[in-house]
Amino acid sequence: MSTAIATKPLETTWTDICNLEQIPVAGGVNALVENTQVAIFRTRENKLFAVSNFDPFSKANVMSRGIFGSTKRDGRDVYKIASPILKNTFDLETGQSFDDLSVFLRVFNVKLEAGRVLIGVLW
Amino acid sequence: MAHQAIVVIGNGMVGHKFLESLMGSGQHFDITIINEEAHLAYDRVHLSSYFETPAPDLSLGRAADYEAWGVKVAWGKASSIDRETKNVYVGDQRFAYDILVLATGSFPFVPPVPGKDLNGVFVYRTLEDLDKIRNYSQNSKTGVVIGGGLLGLEAAGALKNLGLTAHVVEFAPRLMPVQVDEAGGKMLKRKIEDMGIGVHVAKSTECIFDTDDSGNVAGLKFADGQTLETDMVVFSAGIRPRDELARASGIEVGERGGIVINDSCRTSDPSIYAIGECALHSGRIYGLVAPGYTMARVLADVLTGGEQRFEGADLSTKLKLLGVDVASFGDSFAKTPGAEEMSFIDPIKGSYKKIVLSSDGTKLLGGVLVGDTSDYGMLVAQVQANTVLTNPAELIVPSFDGARVKAALPNSAMICSCENVSKGAIVTAIRDGASDLAGIKTATKACTGCGGCAALCKDVLNAELVAMGQIVNNYVCEHFELSRQELYDIIRVRHYQNFDQVLGHHGNGEGCEVCKPAVASILASLYEEYVLKDGLEVLQDTNDRFLANMQRDGTYSVVPRMAGGEVTPEGLIAVGSVAKKYGLYTKLTGGQRVDMFGARLEQLPFIWQELIAAGFESGHAYGKALRTVKSCVGSTWCRYGVQDSTAMAVLLENRYKGLRAPHKLKSAVSGCTRECAEAQSKDFGIIATERGYNLFVCGNGGMKPRHADLFASDLDDETLIRYIDRFLMFYIRTADRLQRTSVWLEKMPGGIEYLRQVIVKDSLGICAELEADMEKHVQNYQCEWAATLENPEKMATFKHFVNSDLQDDNIVFVKDRDQHRPIYDFERLEALPMLNIANN
Ligand code: SRM
Ligand SMILES: Cc1cc2nc3c(=O)[nH]c(=O)nc-3n(C[C@H](O)[C@H](O)[C@H](O)COP(=O)(O)OP(=O)(O)OC[C@H]3O[C@@H](n4cnc5c(N)ncnc54)[C@H](O)[C@@H]3O)c2cc1C
Ligand code: SF4
Ligand code: FES
Repeated sequence: MSTAIATKPLETTWTDICNLEQIPVAGGVNALVENTQVAIFRTRENKLFAVSNFDPFSKANVMSRGIFGSTKRDGRDVYKIASPILKNTFDLETGQSFDDLSVFLRVFNVKLEAGRVLIGVLW
Repeated sequence: MAHQAIVVIGNGMVGHKFLESLMGSGQHFDITIINEEAHLAYDRVHLSSYFETPAPDLSLGRAADYEAWGVKVAWGKASSIDRETKNVYVGDQRFAYDILVLATGSFPFVPPVPGKDLNGVFVYRTLEDLDKIRNYSQNSKTGVVIGGGLLGLEAAGALKNLGLTAHVVEFAPRLMPVQVDEAGGKMLKRKIEDMGIGVHVAKSTECIFDTDDSGNVAGLKFADGQTLETDMVVFSAGIRPRDELARASGIEVGERGGIVINDSCRTSDPSIYAIGECALHSGRIYGLVAPGYTMARVLADVLTGGEQRFEGADLSTKLKLLGVDVASFGDSFAKTPGAEEMSFIDPIKGSYKKIVLSSDGTKLLGGVLVGDTSDYGMLVAQVQANTVLTNPAELIVPSFDGARVKAALPNSAMICSCENVSKGAIVTAIRDGASDLAGIKTATKACTGCGGCAALCKDVLNAELVAMGQIVNNYVCEHFELSRQELYDIIRVRHYQNFDQVLGHHGNGEGCEVCKPAVASILASLYEEYVLKDGLEVLQDTNDRFLANMQRDGTYSVVPRMAGGEVTPEGLIAVGSVAKKYGLYTKLTGGQRVDMFGARLEQLPFIWQELIAAGFESGHAYGKALRTVKSCVGSTWCRYGVQDSTAMAVLLENRYKGLRAPHKLKSAVSGCTRECAEAQSKDFGIIATERGYNLFVCGNGGMKPRHADLFASDLDDETLIRYIDRFLMFYIRTADRLQRTSVWLEKMPGGIEYLRQVIVKDSLGICAELEADMEKHVQNYQCEWAATLENPEKMATFKHFVNSDLQDDNIVFVKDRDQHRPIYDFERLEALPMLNIANN
């Protein structure tokens, strides 16, 4: 039986997406990665986050069009994204919804190589 | 004819409620329940009272009842489902079903911490677990609960009742992180510590260890290197739905577990249903008994041909932990756009109360209570009844009027959501002789579920008074300790040009979906800046960011401006052919213009190219900006008209179009006193008179209608426009975020008289400035769509994918009347893309 926590690394496939500059600072874009829509966000320090573009509350592919921001959790700032439809917010690191802790956005691996943004999917 | 065979797996609280509801329906079925526990259904919610002496009777299901109902009980664990032949197996015993109901609840989650299998490690879910804990505790001195949530605190209390020194360890920085906010968490920690229970927050457990390979728990080691000695450990780290049977038989389960159901509680197999904690509805699992009970009732109704549907439930909870009352209800973290928070802390009595209000303060949306939850039921009922509040502070601050608030609840207000009992039903029961809580329970069943409504039931019985003090703020959000007006003034005086400057000097963190659009709107009001300018575009709400209104499926609507509602036949034809070409649904709006729906992000620029070529401009239906100036036809055609109201409406709409404001702005001009344009329901409304125009201000339609106030009479055109210029700019400078003019005026000290002093008498000496600001707006106005079409970089962002020209395949339209609409979720239940589960 599977548990909700994936601990052991499976095979990661990396897909080249775009130039860093194509992602607005403190904003996001949506990418197509092997039939999956992945929303990628860029912080002011060029840190990258990638989560599923599908908003589980409104059931529409819109997360990349949401507003990027942060909130204080455990005394530190965590990055978050607000869905543009009903303004539900999610922790960008874990994908967890702040409104309903049982709801998650899938989180993807993302890295920057020679100015290119790559998304890694665990299959 | 043989009755339909229903098999129910699981005889927990929800499985039992289902049987009870089905029996009430009067229809007959052949029912078998499969029960792996050693008891018939019992009250899990009050599990902890099992350690009290004498232990109360927790049983819900009684053998005699089940026998009378003709329900057969199979004692054992269902091991598999054969969906093809419609059989359930318990070992090698076979049970045939027509309808199968999964009510398997959940199991306690035990994280993979080394040492979790040592002697002395327990979970807290069943009577059996409690028996084991009690036995082990007899040779123990100390007990630690891992998990500081609702159940964890309850378990810690139970350990203490067993005579142990108890500790709670929580990973998050506060107790009950799901239910209470930071301030509430602090108050709670203090109270729990005062009871002699050790509280360790922000601690991650690295391992559980024994000594000398005894195999018995000796303590915990944390990631920070510290240790905590203990003889036993109880895990309370959350629950996981028991969906293993469903999973193994190929029924759809959610990405994070839970059996996917629709509003009828049906799973992906039409003969199989799931209810209670094992079910996943609209992406949610409910770990509370009330939503489970609702599902049970809905399913009983569905199976007997009824129309009831489960439409989600509220996660409100109230509990008493070791004498500490804690509650959270509704939108407790103020997630609703524009929501405001108001809180009251009484360190002397040790209580914390926070309420979340709608942006205009007239609706209660949710809240958090610690230390004193006596008003919980009343507050929840206010949320559900959607009561209009005139003085929300009285909900939490000391007042000798508490009784009045409670008495003001309508009879339809839901008091007990577990058993669906309204205030009216309780009042009737009291009139019929119920004189105490027990009497109300017997008469109405209220308060027999989770018990959360007990206080309110008592309040309805005899209202009591509360006494406290108040702390209120109107900060924009957690990133700025400033109101919108203060932000506006700071940005204006310091000439800040972008969000980073404002955040750097006056805020903290990265900003959020509340302060970013607010600052963007202020910058737009002050400098008439292009809303998609680099750095500004990411601040905008999606509607402003893509200059169109986002719809529920992620497509957009397009609204070209038709000033004053006036449109030429050529214009209409152009709109018609654009809509036809791009397959858009068209509708006349309530604002006297045409809306075209269903445009994909990548279509927007093409649609606008054609609209602009046909002479149209952006209608700003997406912005917190001027929407429409509605008109009536006026003296040009109408036999009663005394001024050319249409011409005036067109002039005003063109003057103020694009003006960004704290909220949207609407206007209308009527040609005579018959008021066909409904000007008195607008932010600024104009009604023609024989001698000129009467100006009305601060009207509102919408959620809380307000008749506009007559501001000045018989104005000539020039004075009319001057007053409106000043009025709008004064509003923009001083209103709160998302505050319409109506609420702004109601909150203005001195009211309409003061406003008149400022605008007509220039009592603040700022009118010249206000007029100059408006002149700047009029001069600098540009159609945002025209500007965008000329900017290739911006145009490139109107694509669904950054790395592909494909379209979003989740957007599906369905024919409806002679046009189409986005598909509803239930229409595509079979093919949800997110539900692919890899079995690993
Ligand atoms: C399209 C339209 C309904 C229609 O099919 O006729 C409409 C549609 C929406 N209205 Fe409206 N309202 C429309 C006329 C109205 C009117 C009538 C009017 O303007 O004369 C009212 C009452 C008048 C008033 O505002 O005082 C109205 C009161 C609201 C309210 C409540 C405002 C309030 O202060 O209580 C909201 C919610 C809000 O703004 O917070 C709202 C919000 C909305 C939103 C923006 C909701 C949303 O966020 O998706 C809808 C988006 C429209 C879209 O996607 O294009 N709409 N809405 C009308 C567009 C008019 C236009 O041409 O621009
Ligand atoms: C200590 C404690 C305190 C709580 N306090 C509150 C509270 O204050 N308020 C509140 O709203 N909720 C509370 N809850 C939660 C509440 O008890 C649950 O929401 C509720 O019991 C869910 O009902 P259910 O029928 O879905 O699941 P359960 O009550 O767990 O019943 C499921 C049953 O199915 C059985 N089962 C599972 N699989 C099989 C199988 N294959 N074959 C046969 N049988 C099977 C299980 O053994 C179990 O008996 C509390 C829970 C606990 C443990
Ligand atoms: S308000 Fe009515 S009556 Fe007056 S001019 Fe307009 S349409 Fe005619
Ligand atoms: S609300 Fe749960 S018993 Fe009344």
